[in-house]
Amino acid sequence: MASFFDMKARRAQAAQQSANAVPSSSKKAKDPNRPVPWVEKYRPKALSEVTAQDHTIDVLKRTLQSSNLPHMLFYGPPGTGKTSTVLALAKELYGPELMKTRVLELNASDERGISIVREKVKNFARINVSQPTPEQRKLYPCPPYKIIILDEADSMTQDAQSALRRTMETYSRITRFCLICNFVTRIIDPLASRCSKFRFKPLEEGSAMERLRDIAETEGVKYDQGVLEKLIAVSDGDLRKAITYLQSATRLHAKVEVTEKKVVDEDEEMVDVEEVKKGVIPATPITVRSIEEIAGVIPEDTMDEIFAACQPRPGHASIYPGLAKVVKELVADGWSAGQILSQLYQKILVDDTILSKHKNDIVLIFSEVDKRLADGSDEQLQILDLCLRIGLILAKP
Amino acid sequence: MLFLDKHRPRSLEQLSYHEGLSTRLKALANSGDFPHLLVYGPSGAGKKTRIVATLKELYGPGVEKIKIDARVFQTTTSRKLEFTIVSSLYHLEITPSDVGNYDRVVIQSLLKEVAQTQQVDTAAKQRFKVVIINEADNLSRDAQAALRRTMEKYSPNLRLILIANSTANIIGPIRSRTLLVRVAAPTETEIVGVLKDVAGLEGLKVSEKLFSRIAEESGRNLRKALLMMESVYAANEVVKDDTVLLPPDYEMLIQEIGRDMLASRTPQTILAVRSKLYDLLTHCIPATVILKTLAFKLISEVDDVLKPEVIKWAAFYEHRLHQGSKLIFHLEAFVAKFLRIYEGYLMGMDF
Repeated sequence: MASFFDMKARRAQAAQQSANAVPSSSKKAKDPNRPVPWVEKYRPKALSEVTAQDHTIDVLKRTLQSSNLPHMLFYGPPGTGKTSTVLALAKELYGPELMKTRVLELNASDERGISIVREKVKNFARINVSQPTPEQRKLYPCPPYKIIILDEADSMTQDAQSALRRTMETYSRITRFCLICNFVTRIIDPLASRCSKFRFKPLEEGSAMERLRDIAETEGVKYDQGVLEKLIAVSDGDLRKAITYLQSATRLHAKVEVTEKKVVDEDEEMVDVEEVKKGVIPATPITVRSIEEIAGVIPEDTMDEIFAACQPRPGHASIYPGLAKVVKELVADGWSAGQILSQLYQKILVDDTILSKHKNDIVLIFSEVDKRLADGSDEQLQILDLCLRIGLILAKP
Repeated sequence: MLFLDKHRPRSLEQLSYHEGLSTRLKALANSGDFPHLLVYGPSGAGKKTRIVATLKELYGPGVEKIKIDARVFQTTTSRKLEFTIVSSLYHLEITPSDVGNYDRVVIQSLLKEVAQTQQVDTAAKQRFKVVIINEADNLSRDAQAALRRTMEKYSPNLRLILIANSTANIIGPIRSRTLLVRVAAPTETEIVGVLKDVAGLEGLKVSEKLFSRIAEESGRNLRKALLMMESVYAANEVVKDDTVLLPPDYEMLIQEIGRDMLASRTPQTILAVRSKLYDLLTHCIPATVILKTLAFKLISEVDDVLKPEVIKWAAFYEHRLHQGSKLIFHLEAFVAKFLRIYEGYLMGMDF
């Protein structure tokens, strides 16, 4: 028991243990060649590995030592490490063995209506915790409670959430809840007030960059200059997005074995055919353009074209014919309207030649069109409408 | 058999345009590390054809043996849902938006079931099964949320391919978990090329000018172009450069409506137009298509000054169509609005 609160001693012991247990751990990793999404592969294994959420991690580490955990509510934009943090926390608390019985993870892919909360969650919450074996106690704190993780809690219905209220209090002796969500406003107040809240902020560029560079190095990825910067820019603080893009780009630039079309002329010698097969395109470094393509970002010159088409023509000629053609091509090329909207917005926002009062009016249109697109309106009509109305405003004195 | 199905490319090598994309798909399929895909692009661009070809690259010809199952799912309120699944040994194809608001139930139960079973066939080329989800942009938010963790957790056994017309309605978390593949519509020259190939295979007389007119009319939609070509050859015994391309019936009717509206702007016109609109709606022409076609037909006839105004109201009422429940109201409102604007313009009033 003396060593229970002594994290250092326990860590050292754990390290030693794992060092001794090399053969067994390598045996456990089943089929190392099996492809795994990098997002899973590089998910932080310990709290200290979680990047750029210093404040939250600090607080959690401290609660870990005091062996008393409050109910928790994690919120923040996607890809900031919410799920990773709680999984890492659970691992540090219980270790891999005990984690299976002590942690219940429910997410939006599970049925989570009111009946499930009443039965499954309540039943799990009610179970008393088993006594951990002495060996487990030596390595991990194994506090006397279980954890229920409700991932993506903002997609739970109000009823289901209110069914949780009393459950959380009644079984607080043996169960802790951890709610994870993107929008804290979707969690009903009574639940929110029972939890201590942790806000996860979007990752700043520095730490995200470091992580990406680490991964690229470990995986032996070659890339052009500016690729990492572009990744950060297109992913707006969402590290998962950046990592997925990086992996996709790597796959696309990996070496390709070109199997030429086998023009099997049975009468000819077979030797010829085999020689044709051996063409290999070597792996190329990732380019900025391919990152843009993966992220669905519209090339800058196409955006310039739209913007130019919105500008008033000399001699009060109508902008309609030119604009209609550009928009039609744009939609036929499959660019998503949402992407057009956000990139055009960025462009107009930073353009100093447009008067501020015009910008005011234009932003109003953006808001309206965005709402319409979200309701599932036709993209071509909406984008055309948007551009025409911008054109009218720009033509004003 | 239609030309469309008869000459559909079956493997990645046979695809004729977007060669860069085809090589990339091939590289992905052969890398052994196939990601989740979100394939998007306008209709008739060849999304589905490419995916089927990719599957063949992944698993070999076995994927072409498909069967159709009807499964019954039960919702929490014990309502029974009938749902059709197209499947082969290696893949499944579903259209969850068929069951409307209950798509979440299907996604949750079906995908988990697939994801939790391992590939038994040791001779199979890949360890995972592929699930193709059609019309992914019509999935409800709940259903998309249900996909999130499933995609990560069961990645050893399951790969998803989502097909959508646009990414606007796909939630961010899904987009960040998939590889986005944009399939642009073929250009008009590319369409002409395909038409020539097909005509050559069918032993039909090739007429370049006619084909380029078809390509232009089709609005860069290859499916439409092929169907148009087939109908031209079926309708005319001798096909020449200046053979008339008959637009589909619904387009002719819409054109007629447009002509009526421009000719007289009285309450009687609205009455006449109403019956035609009903006619279109009862023939299952989507209201969005009616409104869009009508608007563009009108625009080609009116003065430049009016054009932005017409688009503005078309966009406005098209949005209303999605929000409201009774289609005819909004179509008629657009008609009335246009008559008002046009009359005002002719009278020299400020509209």
